[in-house]
Amino acid sequence: MSSKLKILVPVKRVLDHQIKPLVNAAHDGVQTQGCKFSINPFDDIAIEEALRIKTHRPQDVESTHAISIGVDKCQDILRNCLAKGIDGVSLVETNESLEPLAIAKLLAHHVKQQNYNVVLMGKQAIDDDSNNTGQMLAALLKWPQATNACKVEFNDSMTSCKVTREIDGGEETLEAKLPLVITTDLRLNQPRYVGLSKLMKVKRVKIPKLSITKDFPQVDTTNKLNVLSVDEPQTKSPGIMLKNVDELVSKLKDAKLI
Amino acid sequence: ASTLALLETTADGKLDPSSLNLLQAAKLLNNPITALLVGPNASKGAQNLKDSVKCEELSKIAIVKDESLAHYLPENISPLLVELLKDDTFSHFVISSSSTGKNILPRLAALINNQPICDIIKIEGPNKFIRPIYAGNALATIETAQEKKLLSVRASAFDSIEEGKSEDVEIVEIPFTNKDNVPIKWLSANLTKTGRPDLGSAKTIVSGGRAFKDKESFEKYLTPLADVLNAGIGATRAAVDNGLCDNSLQIGQTGKIVAPNLYIAVGLSGAVQHLAGMKDSGTIVAINNDPDAPIFKTATFGLEGDALDIVPELTEKIKATQK
Repeated sequence: MSSKLKILVPVKRVLDHQIKPLVNAAHDGVQTQGCKFSINPFDDIAIEEALRIKTHRPQDVESTHAISIGVDKCQDILRNCLAKGIDGVSLVETNESLEPLAIAKLLAHHVKQQNYNVVLMGKQAIDDDSNNTGQMLAALLKWPQATNACKVEFNDSMTSCKVTREIDGGEETLEAKLPLVITTDLRLNQPRYVGLSKLMKVKRVKIPKLSITKDFPQVDTTNKLNVLSVDEPQTKSPGIMLKNVDELVSKLKDAKLI
Repeated sequence: ASTLALLETTADGKLDPSSLNLLQAAKLLNNPITALLVGPNASKGAQNLKDSVKCEELSKIAIVKDESLAHYLPENISPLLVELLKDDTFSHFVISSSSTGKNILPRLAALINNQPICDIIKIEGPNKFIRPIYAGNALATIETAQEKKLLSVRASAFDSIEEGKSEDVEIVEIPFTNKDNVPIKWLSANLTKTGRPDLGSAKTIVSGGRAFKDKESFEKYLTPLADVLNAGIGATRAAVDNGLCDNSLQIGQTGKIVAPNLYIAVGLSGAVQHLAGMKDSGTIVAINNDPDAPIFKTATFGLEGDALDIVPELTEKIKATQK
């Protein structure tokens, strides 16, 4: 029996990776005012992978859909996904900063309702660096998980998938039956840029919105952790510039490092 | 209160170096520790643990030898952990934030409706931990009132546990029956064999960036320096992307996080993502021909100049001091 893929790509809006985060005055997060926000880079790789699967095997893909959970401004990254060629998007609007478990519960609910059979998502968000949500979603759905993917190959009948994943000492390859959660690592692909003309075309598209209270009434999204403070890491005293290799060797020797 | 610690073993039954740091972190929780070892090599690992580690807090070693637990598939290990954690005396569960730990912990946590605290670098109390966010540009102090504290531990932030023996600790074999049967199988692994100290536990690391034009020069210059220092070799993402070396050498936010006593950064500029992976090293030496390279701001000692001239000279002069 063969099946068609119905792919969901959850995407997160994060402080752009080129901005150096600075702790805010209240010591409860980082400064965000006036800062550029973008799609989490690993999620961008997941979007790219979904688009490539669709391009290579159009007859085997029913649809690709991106979803974001967050503030109204997440519309920007969703619009970007549309401009790149994702079929549909939706925004679960909330001003709360939800923990990975809460996000995974919302996503699991959505996946069951909409009958997705593949979830492709970034391995971690570059803001909280948790690396949690994909594994949690797989657990809640009782699906297999293939995290840190650097190569994804579906079989001919789209019923199983071979995933090569990056691990500490190298790589390993797994084979899982669908449905499946795949999280993406850096080397899976190189995301495309989207041109201005394509962005203009989706500029006025209305992004469908969902509400946690109305559309996910039975999902408990209470946070379980309490962030007491956010602080700058200790900075070391500035280093010494040395004149030549001899100086370096004697410094290292004094410090008993060689 | 007590702590359950999942210790990883290598394919030949040795304790993974990160497990030794994990055990030290577990010790700091001040609870009796049950060490858990799984897979076909579990007995061998357990014996190694007794013979090589001195840890008074270690009260029991639990082993589960089931074949399905080889390769640490989270789909198979999580149900086992759910069963074990039903024991109310376990207040903490700890695992290394290695690629294995990162894969397992969130799956386990979701199954018991728990939000874990990942990649902790400091233990402030039984409920209070510090973890880096934004690639280490900020540190979050986090408290939780959850009944069970599920933690992954950044190995490089903790010392290795004291060597010695833990002879009196009893080894208990636990049967594994309650399987979930999730359709996934492990096919193969392709591990890079370097014959060098593992980056996670190396005392010295020599790391290269884009100053090297190709794989040959990367190896020609860095290997002899690493050899005289008995160092691990690391690299930046740019170096990996340009094909200078294998991607298992990548140090940074999304690669390995290291903190050796001595880190020698050669011909790398010091991008934020790379600094996230090495800035906690003891002494950092930067060698770069660009005086404005950000790496000089993080370095303990800086040397401006062409890496291709400096590295061979440094190698020779270090060698001379060793005679």
